Amino acid sequence: MTVPGPWYLGLAAILFSVGALGLLVRRNVLVMFMCVELMLNAVNLTFVTYARMLDDIGGQVVVFFVLVVAAAEVVVGLAIIVAIFRRRADATADDISLLRG
Amino acid sequence: MDWFIFVVAGVATLVGALGVVLSRNPVHSALMLVLTLFAVAVLFVAQQAHFLAAVQVIVYAGAIVVLFLFVIMLLGVDRTEDIRSEPLVAQRPLAFVVSMLVLLEVLLLARTTWSAGAPSIVGPASGPGSNIQKIAGALFTRYLLAFEVTSVLLVIAVVGAVVLARRTPSSGVRSEQESAAEQAAEQAAESAP
Repeated sequence: MTVPGPWYLGLAAILFSVGALGLLVRRNVLVMFMCVELMLNAVNLTFVTYARMLDDIGGQVVVFFVLVVAAAEVVVGLAIIVAIFRRRADATADDISLLRG
Repeated sequence: MDWFIFVVAGVATLVGALGVVLSRNPVHSALMLVLTLFAVAVLFVAQQAHFLAAVQVIVYAGAIVVLFLFVIMLLGVDRTEDIRSEPLVAQRPLAFVVSMLVLLEVLLLARTTWSAGAPSIVGPASGPGSNIQKIAGALFTRYLLAFEVTSVLLVIAVVGAVVLARRTPSSGVRSEQESAAEQAAEQAAESAP
């Protein structure tokens, strides 16, 4: 007895909302970044579920690309965070309101 | 058995996600993120996406979270943040309302039907052959251009990270070598006349 697809999709929707909530509530840039990863994972789960529901391998290939883009995004984002922290020791998202340092 | 796996992995996913959001210490957030990523990998396996489950564990839990932990400990921001203080008025309730609206919208949209697409456009996910064979078949034929562009993206990301993380001479923090050289030049200028 397999679990129907909508259950997975509902779980992914809840996971996405939790990630969005964290992104809106937290002020630490690193934790906000982790919440973006949560939202990406929710979307990945949705893609895999649709790949199973529609019996289509394309959904899984898209998840592969999302993983690659997420890895690149994390590398560049963390480099930016390191550059910000090098200039000012205690940087929450509220303090970083200027484009020029 | 499938239901059991789904419930356990689903609860672990949500507990990890809430842990990421509610932990006061960024290190705890990163470790809770590992829990969520593993549980999502289990859900991938439960839906016959074996290759993606392996990639999820290796790339996400292995590489990305380690990168997060490196940066947290390198910068020394593993101090606990006071999450009770609220600098922006009504930010928390507003954020809660917005995320609940997102959830409600998805669930309301789902009341009609979750999926209405044509099945097996790219290729069947079930049937004979392993999961990795099918992904490779689609990746190196139909999505070959996207795959090549991905490699360009990764090169750009690596170069960008190196440029961003490099210590430039004009930046605020000066290297010890430079300040030592400047001091030597000043001393030379003072003693010259």
